[in-house]
Amino acid sequence: MKFLDEYRDETLARKIVAEVRRITTKPWVLMEVCGGQTHAIVKYGIDRLLPKEIELVHGPGCPVCVTSLEMIDKAHAIAQRPDVIFCSFGDMLRVPGSTDDLLILKSRGADVRVVYSPIDCLKIARANPDKKVVFFAIGFETTAPANAMSVWQASKQGIKNFSILVSHVLVPPSIASILQSPLNRVQGFLGPGHVCTVMGYHEYEPIAERFKVPIVITGFEPIDILEGVLMTVRQLEGGSHEVQNQYPRVVHREGNRVAQDLVNKVFEVCDRKWRGVGSIPKSGYKLRYEFHDHDAERIFDIKEIDTQEPEICISGLVLKGVKKPHDCPAFGKQCTPEHPLGATMVSAEGACAAYYAYGRHLKLADPNEKPTKVA
Amino acid sequence: MCLAIPGKLIEIASDSNGVRMGKANFGGIVKQVCLEYTPEVETGDYVLVHVGFALSKVNEEEAARTYQLLDEMKQLGELDTPDWDNNLFFERSTSS
Repeated sequence: MKFLDEYRDETLARKIVAEVRRITTKPWVLMEVCGGQTHAIVKYGIDRLLPKEIELVHGPGCPVCVTSLEMIDKAHAIAQRPDVIFCSFGDMLRVPGSTDDLLILKSRGADVRVVYSPIDCLKIARANPDKKVVFFAIGFETTAPANAMSVWQASKQGIKNFSILVSHVLVPPSIASILQSPLNRVQGFLGPGHVCTVMGYHEYEPIAERFKVPIVITGFEPIDILEGVLMTVRQLEGGSHEVQNQYPRVVHREGNRVAQDLVNKVFEVCDRKWRGVGSIPKSGYKLRYEFHDHDAERIFDIKEIDTQEPEICISGLVLKGVKKPHDCPAFGKQCTPEHPLGATMVSAEGACAAYYAYGRHLKLADPNEKPTKVA
Repeated sequence: MCLAIPGKLIEIASDSNGVRMGKANFGGIVKQVCLEYTPEVETGDYVLVHVGFALSKVNEEEAARTYQLLDEMKQLGELDTPDWDNNLFFERSTSS
């Protein structure tokens, strides 16, 4: 496919890897922010192509993984109501709550539906006027314009039986939180290409300046990621800390103003709790008061829920880049994609699921050995 | 979740509620796309689509930069060949 295949060019990949090797003089720790980037890195084995001095740690950019357990339990409480049609992106269905997941609730008779786009819920709401249609609005800034439009159109078209359960998260406060942590090892970031397609990258400039850390806004194909690594290492080796844009074919400094305008009309910034990480100030979106008729949290008034996380799961440390999936004693044993203990094992973008899918739970004889093809 | 893929816009039309919609072709699969956030795009343009919404036009000139980069890299001359197996990268990419 055009604009995808050319970014998987092996010859160019080799050239970029060789150039990274040539300029690297000391060890550097880079974090890729997005789960989509993590997936590509593990799928193509990009981390294993790089010189051993370059370590890639995996960031918090998987919305399915960071949606708080309280919010998932709330979603489950709403989905179980007989008057509700609960709609969600597919990858939320297997995420474990304290007791169940959405797929189990569906098997018990709850009307849980997978949608491709939040806008599809408006059709479902029109076709089912006797039901309350609720969409589980999770995601980073990339998804906010779609979720905002669903509420905007519902309000405009007078679709009163549609609401969203909002668990939106924002990237810049999470990066700042990682950099402030005493456990932090990250020295440079591959920034989130599609988040910045919407928001632009000016918000990252004060972070790069304050923490003296290079941030390179990076795409999702192997060549994009390798070029992002090269640009970051070049800055680290040269002692600079700027925000650079590896992904100018879709990202501009100011982002998509039209999308930002509607997001700001519908949502406002709020504190948000991240699963495994804790509460981060001003790190999420909630609906503005004008749209409270479409706010599922208000409509259903779910009481505080007593949540229970499995004790063994270290997904919080994985999301902060402190641990790798194979550092977890449950990884690939009690915790697998079939029986996930934490959300990082559910979503294809979760680091644990990506490591599992591409055979990283299988023991290699020598840790430096190149992997063989895994069926 | 932030997965977004480029598709070629083959049709633009407003729906019954006045929402600017279109159809985009993703390597043979045609899907409905909301174009409210990309008022500037025209039929034939490539757009980056996330959960049914076009978020940006794909800039072809910037995309061509990849090849310029390749040319520049070639100018670097005979670099040390990395000590990884032939075709490792591509065997892995096609195996999944």
